[in-house]
Amino acid sequence: MDSVLFQAFIYLAAAVIAVPISKKLGLGSVLGYLIAGVIIGPVVGLVGSETSDLQHFAEFGVVMMLFIVGLELEPRALWAMRNKLLGLGGLQVLVTVCLIAAGAMLLGQQWQIALAVGMVLALSSTAIVLQTLNEKGLMKSDGGQSCFSVLLFQDIAVIPMLAVIPLLAIPELAGVTNFHTGDGHGGDLDIMQDMVGWQVTLLTVSAVAFVVVVGHFLTRPVFRFIANSGLREIFTAAALLLVIGIALLMILVGLSPALGTFLAGVVLATSEYRHELESNIEPFKGLLLGLFFITVGAGVDFAVLVDNLGTVLALTIAVMFIKALVLYMLAVLFKIRGADRWLLVLGLAQAGEFGFVLISFCLQSYALPPELASILLLVVALSMLLTPALFIFLENVVQPRMIDAQTRDDDDITEQGMVIIAGHGRFGQVINRLLLSNGYKTVVLDRHADMVDTMRAFKVKSFYGDAARPDLLHAAGLQTAKLLVVAIDDQENALQLIAHARRERPDIHIIARAFDRRHVFRLYQSGTTDIVRETFDSALRSGRYALEALGMHPYDAEKAVTMYAEEDFKGVRKLARVYNPDVNPADNPEYVQLALEIQAELDRAMSGETQARHDHSEKNWQPPGNTDI
Amino acid sequence: MKRVLVLLSHPNLSQSTVNRRMAQRASTIDGVSVVDLYALYPRYKIDIDAEQARLQAHDAIVFQFPFYWYSTPALLKEWQDLVLEHGFAYGTAGDKLAGKQLLVATTAGGAIDAYTEQGHNHFSIRTLLAPLEQTATLCQLQYLPPFVLFSSLAACKDKRVTEHVEQYAQVLEALRDNRLDPVALAERNLLAQPALPIVSRTTLDGIHNDG
Repeated sequence: MDSVLFQAFIYLAAAVIAVPISKKLGLGSVLGYLIAGVIIGPVVGLVGSETSDLQHFAEFGVVMMLFIVGLELEPRALWAMRNKLLGLGGLQVLVTVCLIAAGAMLLGQQWQIALAVGMVLALSSTAIVLQTLNEKGLMKSDGGQSCFSVLLFQDIAVIPMLAVIPLLAIPELAGVTNFHTGDGHGGDLDIMQDMVGWQVTLLTVSAVAFVVVVGHFLTRPVFRFIANSGLREIFTAAALLLVIGIALLMILVGLSPALGTFLAGVVLATSEYRHELESNIEPFKGLLLGLFFITVGAGVDFAVLVDNLGTVLALTIAVMFIKALVLYMLAVLFKIRGADRWLLVLGLAQAGEFGFVLISFCLQSYALPPELASILLLVVALSMLLTPALFIFLENVVQPRMIDAQTRDDDDITEQGMVIIAGHGRFGQVINRLLLSNGYKTVVLDRHADMVDTMRAFKVKSFYGDAARPDLLHAAGLQTAKLLVVAIDDQENALQLIAHARRERPDIHIIARAFDRRHVFRLYQSGTTDIVRETFDSALRSGRYALEALGMHPYDAEKAVTMYAEEDFKGVRKLARVYNPDVNPADNPEYVQLALEIQAELDRAMSGETQARHDHSEKNWQPPGNTDI
Repeated sequence: MKRVLVLLSHPNLSQSTVNRRMAQRASTIDGVSVVDLYALYPRYKIDIDAEQARLQAHDAIVFQFPFYWYSTPALLKEWQDLVLEHGFAYGTAGDKLAGKQLLVATTAGGAIDAYTEQGHNHFSIRTLLAPLEQTATLCQLQYLPPFVLFSSLAACKDKRVTEHVEQYAQVLEALRDNRLDPVALAERNLLAQPALPIVSRTTLDGIHNDG
């Protein structure tokens, strides 16, 4: 008991210390976990042999992650991405496996071993990449979606790989006597050892059908029953039970538990309990994945690393180069452009956690010699370690530089308008239409390629590209434009864009969409002329409807709303002056003091107690003289 | 029976002491429609077509408002500017309002003495309302002598409000039943004080026969 608690303490402490620091340094959480593992394992030696047991346990985090991935993916969405999934994902796996296997054969490996190596290294890290994409808000971009398609295909491809690997067994490795297949992921539960082919197929198909049918028909009443009991922890237990049960069933019939739970997730994606399930599984997934990465870090064998440093480094670089090359060719083939192309190429160049799973399976199946396996393990780990660095490289070096190539290759901006509109989503669209219908010429920049294509079909002059990149802004006519409208979603990009535009054109009028109050302050400090909070006006209008619905005279409601808005504007203007971007407002005494004063003043003004009313229309309709009659 | 339209224009009805009660009373009378313009157009986006249709559906129009700076509240001015269009209310083919009646029912804070040559407002209220009278003339509306409550702020104190509200109801009913004395109106053609010349119900037939 003590040792279990001690181990839990070590792992948790390592994670709690390393992960926030790593995130703060911009390295991402995955690298934080890996570093935590390296420190408590090979460096300090606090943990030892139990890590490999823990790793098997922690692999369940991957299963849970796929369940959540499935939950977020409705069948219709899955069907819609079938081309990318099969085309992009399928080709990536196929070509990469072939190239890496060919490379391994050139280095003198047998073809069976070479093929196993190819499969181990062809897979990328779903955990690192998805987490990073989510953290950086790139999931919805073309590049993010392409990455997701490839990763999803890889996750599915693991299943046939697990089936093929036992066939690649090298008899010399096993020794002829104890050679057998089918062990490993099935373990003691494998009930299919004595079955013949058609029985296996039948069982497999019925298991999958069972998951789909149960997921579709049975879960809903069961979850309703449990939810009605009002016991939160029982719902959590039921969610865990569902995932574990499906995983168990899949293992039983020899399928990948990851695939099973992914399928269950997809089936439940349309269920009304989707978000509830997601929020229940999410913390377990996060912790288990974290644990998984720690164990990978802890499992790094420094002795092997030191002995084979040159080989490991060379292999890692070679593998990442080959993977990147394949992805680049696919990106060209599938017309993925610009920043998205590089996101795909650099984002998926690493090997992944499924590589670890396959390596241990290969060892059990005698498909890889142990020495090679430990080197491969290091190659996979090192390539994963390098991934955050690649993302940093992508953000800071590649993206700013590739702008030239992009505007010239893809969208030559042929016209310059008086007005540049950055971002043509729900917000920018309205502004653009209003300006166009009043005869003004606009140039629209948007980084969603499909949006640009749609707009062009409607004869709107729009260009694909990230307006936050200086060169594109110049190409759009920043030097001659009268007005810049910044309507992009990304707050940081908006600020960068405005800072740049303001530097280049101190006289240009800039209208920007603000996300919230804090964003308003930062826009104010960056020199935006007109700042519009994206939801403020609609909230005011809703508030006005509410007042009217409660029986207030519409003109009084109008006056109340106008007054509220005026007071709010005044307050925000005052607060903007004392706001310090480096200090959390709650820790800025001047800000807090002023905010409280403004709130009190607003309350008094709205209840009509003070002089504040004097500034407003309310006062103007007061009958003259003494009205206390 | 004539259909009477009361166009109420008051930007602060919740603090009103007289106009709100007048409007409430008016809305209880059969054949009288009361429209609160500030409630209908709090953001001054007047629906011109709807307003013109409304005018055409009525025979007598009442402008009811507090007297602001010798004129109507802003929204009623906006209403005139937009609704009384050329080609509708005046000008070529602009005869859609011809033959209808216009009554101004207003409340003034000043005492009746103030609205005299010697008083501090220097003009009679009839004179001050001349722009509306001429507007009516141009639109071929029959302009009725205004129905005015003076010293309206003090009116609550001396119980004149109740009296005024009841008189208002009588005037509206008389308008509806066409019981305003046309002879007396023509003869006086000036400030209607103490009240508009209403013919009692019993003599109504006689007037109709004369007319």
